[in-house]
Amino acid sequence: MADLGIAGVALALFGGAIRASTPFLFVSLGECLTELSGRINLGLEGTLVCGAMSAYGAALLSGSPWLGVLAAALVGALLGALHAGLCSLARVNDIAVGIALMVLGTGLAFFFGKPLIQPRAPMLPALPLCPGCHFAPLRAALDINPLFLIGVALAFVLHWGLANTRPGLVLRTAGDSGAAARAMGYAPLLVRLWATMAGGALAGIGGAFLSLYYPGSWNEGLSSGQGLIAVALVIFARWRPLACLFASLLFGAAGALGPALQSIGVHQGTYLFNAAPYALTLAIMIATASPRGALAGAPAELAVTR
Amino acid sequence: MSLGPSLSRRTLLGMSGGLAAGAFVSSRRARAASALEIGFLYVGARDDYGYNQAHAEGAAAVKAMPGVKVLEEERIPETIDVVKSMDSMIELDDAALLFPTSFGYYNPFVLQEARKYPKVQFRHCGGLWTEKDPKNAGSYFGYIDECQYLSGIVAGHVSKSKKLGFVAAKPIPQVLRNINAFTLGAQRVDATITTTVIFTGDWSLPVKEAEATNALADQGIDVVTCHVDSPKVTIQTAEGRGLYTCGYHVDQAPLAPKGYLTGAEWNWATVYRGFVADRQAGKPLANFVRGGLREGIVKTSPYGAMVPAAARAQADAVKAKLVAGDYVIFKGPVADNTGKEVIAAGVDHGQTDLWLEKMDWLAAGVIGKT
Amino acid sequence: MLSFTLALGAPTPTRRRWFGRLAEAWALPLLALTAALVAFGAFIAAFGVNPLAAAALIWRGAFGTWFSLQNTLQKAAPLLLTGLAMALPARAGLMIIGGEGALVIGGLACAVIGPALAGFADSAGGALMAQTLMLACGMAAGALWLMIPGALRHWRGVNETISSLLLNTIAIAVLNQLVEGPLRDPMSLNKPSTTPLSPALMLGHVPGLSVHVGLAFGLILCIGAGVLMQRTSFGFATGINGGNPRAAQMVGIDVGRLILIACALAGACAGLAGATEVAAVQGSATASLAAGYGYSGILVAFLARHNPFAIIPVAVLLGGIAASDGLLQRHLDLPDATVAVLQGFVFIAVLAAETFSGRLRLWRGGRRDG
Repeated sequence: MADLGIAGVALALFGGAIRASTPFLFVSLGECLTELSGRINLGLEGTLVCGAMSAYGAALLSGSPWLGVLAAALVGALLGALHAGLCSLARVNDIAVGIALMVLGTGLAFFFGKPLIQPRAPMLPALPLCPGCHFAPLRAALDINPLFLIGVALAFVLHWGLANTRPGLVLRTAGDSGAAARAMGYAPLLVRLWATMAGGALAGIGGAFLSLYYPGSWNEGLSSGQGLIAVALVIFARWRPLACLFASLLFGAAGALGPALQSIGVHQGTYLFNAAPYALTLAIMIATASPRGALAGAPAELAVTR
Repeated sequence: MSLGPSLSRRTLLGMSGGLAAGAFVSSRRARAASALEIGFLYVGARDDYGYNQAHAEGAAAVKAMPGVKVLEEERIPETIDVVKSMDSMIELDDAALLFPTSFGYYNPFVLQEARKYPKVQFRHCGGLWTEKDPKNAGSYFGYIDECQYLSGIVAGHVSKSKKLGFVAAKPIPQVLRNINAFTLGAQRVDATITTTVIFTGDWSLPVKEAEATNALADQGIDVVTCHVDSPKVTIQTAEGRGLYTCGYHVDQAPLAPKGYLTGAEWNWATVYRGFVADRQAGKPLANFVRGGLREGIVKTSPYGAMVPAAARAQADAVKAKLVAGDYVIFKGPVADNTGKEVIAAGVDHGQTDLWLEKMDWLAAGVIGKT
Repeated sequence: MLSFTLALGAPTPTRRRWFGRLAEAWALPLLALTAALVAFGAFIAAFGVNPLAAAALIWRGAFGTWFSLQNTLQKAAPLLLTGLAMALPARAGLMIIGGEGALVIGGLACAVIGPALAGFADSAGGALMAQTLMLACGMAAGALWLMIPGALRHWRGVNETISSLLLNTIAIAVLNQLVEGPLRDPMSLNKPSTTPLSPALMLGHVPGLSVHVGLAFGLILCIGAGVLMQRTSFGFATGINGGNPRAAQMVGIDVGRLILIACALAGACAGLAGATEVAAVQGSATASLAAGYGYSGILVAFLARHNPFAIIPVAVLLGGIAASDGLLQRHLDLPDATVAVLQGFVFIAVLAAETFSGRLRLWRGGRRDG
């Protein structure tokens, strides 16, 4: 096989963007919905981990990975409903509840996940986009999981739907002004409940991707904070689904940078390369922020932006 | 599909009911007087299908011995938490022998505890006990690089691209020694073989491990092994990319039916049962225990069906010499990958040589940096 | 058991208002805690574990013996400081979750300056001076680190929650890069660390306890911060800004200065926690500095409603839960994640209970609501 060298790094970044971006994409799209409705759920890390564990367990017991994805979505929606329910109580802070759910979600996932570390669950299939490619690395990079395609499609659907459909309008109204939503005849708390449940379900599916496709195994280090960072991505992406897609691809590719550079013999600063996407995000946030403090595109009801 | 031993343990726990749990607690004091209480402390989950599970299997072998009670705690960070866990096993239970199994526990934590509790015995995995350290402390480790060397020989035979890959957590002596042994083994077959090493930066980072394996595959590498806490992700990803793999810590053959050549495994039961038997017999415990294939502390996975006869023959021949104790892996001349001679011609560094436990170089042919 | 009634709707002021508020501040979380413990009991009962046996073990492990109590206080010590790191900016209206990063940077600064001060270790006075200097360096580094998100928020409008989260990952990467690179002590073999402090410079225990002095630092700073927030004009201005930044600007408060001071104080607390970790526990900076204390501190602060005085009981409660972990694992064969589940229940119950604040009447006074 040919020695790829630098071209291999480019290919690895491309492959990494496709392979590793999906959890970021699902969590950030889910959080995008939740935040647009006027609430922040910082607990999606817990949802992601819980979804990964449930998906693996359900796939193992049922023999069907797609049932695993469904189980993850249900568990995620349940955790979302818990978050929304608690936050609809007066004086309960959504950021605090999110962090509490992060602890509970990871705790439950680790508690139930102990017997799932060793066995092998059936994996989600890959769609070989280029089965005839003679060049193995390219063929491997183009083995794409359907969930990735669904996520990309979802980003476009949300982009269009938020602007052009009635549910999208109601969601954004609830996020910008609870009073206006009430005037339109919608209960903002109910809108937020649906939005948080949908967000949780999406985060759960992101977890299913981790355990059932890539890296395709359940263990306690599986997420290592990806859910938390994905929540940060939403504010970075300014609540725009297409920007979430772009940012997720960037984070997926950046995760592949460190290993790919080492594979061609660049060994300086492994840790700094691993942290590069975070530093880059911060730099972009600083560069694009407005000094007056208002975040363009931010839902007015969102506590974190006030 | 069977869920394996760990689920049955939990299910059993579920079925045995609250009654048993209650009885367990209340009868503890009565039993403590007769049974020797032994504590095992793990840095990760004891079902991790890797490093910690290998130790937990050793603990399970101790449990089967008469007159002992095993206390286990998992996921203890290498902070004051491990001090408090050891304290708690001694103060709230009556642990008389402790096995803290993670490297970062040793200095300062195990040494502090050994001074604080002179009547309790501490044996630590991986540390370098010296005469200056307390006499009730000690360290043990296995020469698993012997198995890595054999894996390297097999890998050298099956590799077509003559490029091997190694997914590693951190550039520390134990890991470097494995990388070097694997490479030297392969170079016995073909001196031009190289090993590309990728450090992920931590002991359990599944996504990074998968990315590292993919990056190795993209560079045309066709045999991969690893040294991280749980090799499952590396082995599975490599199998998915059609690579050959050599396992680590425990046997991972079921994960890679097409590509699993062999692997380096621990057999901690030997060490633990030895210490416990000595303690029960009232004999002093050794302070510094090391051993490899010869002592049965490490073992190799059975060869996969795809391993050719020539590879088996050569590996078995070297293995026989290692078991007999007359084979030297780190034998001069060896140069490092910057061209500097690290072992001069005619110099032998046998396995017991402590110089090897301070390894800070990568052999010529390893693409990577310490 | 206290008799109480739950009245939905705004409370009417009574003469016992002050006492009622204080009682409510204690009763609500205690009721929530009880509810969480009942829920947890039901949870483990579903797995066949006797909840009463578990309760007895939790009590014994957390508070039941003199040893356990000290263990609990030890686990609470870092949380006092990291709780303050979250709570102080929160009083000023900033949700900064950067305690983990500031702790790491503070510890790193202490570990860098410490070995340079080895010359002072010979005399008692010199050692004290060196220790003070080390801790001050840690605090200064932490303070500068957390001033970044505060300044970015005030002058650039960058969301401080997200920037502080990103700064955490950057701080940990810097720590790992330095500890395994330029700052690595070549003698630290399998656990890469910086050059260790001279033993004479290590901080000791709180007199009479086997708990390191971090506990004293935490208690003093919690009380000091409480006085600062509730009894000084600075605290008053902070509260105004936290409630309504526009009002703060209108009454002529220098918001930028206020934010920077709050962030600096918070960072100094987290930095002190890190410096203590180095100077009282580890003796050097290692990857174990990032042990999650910063993240636990966020929860501590929220449970304490960002009240520095309330951080003390909350940290002790969480410390107690953590301290009972070992006994649950050892005696009931429960996995380590059991205490995380318990913590999750406690957090959710206590947070949900906030909704009843101001609506709970502990004493059926002569006057009743209409």
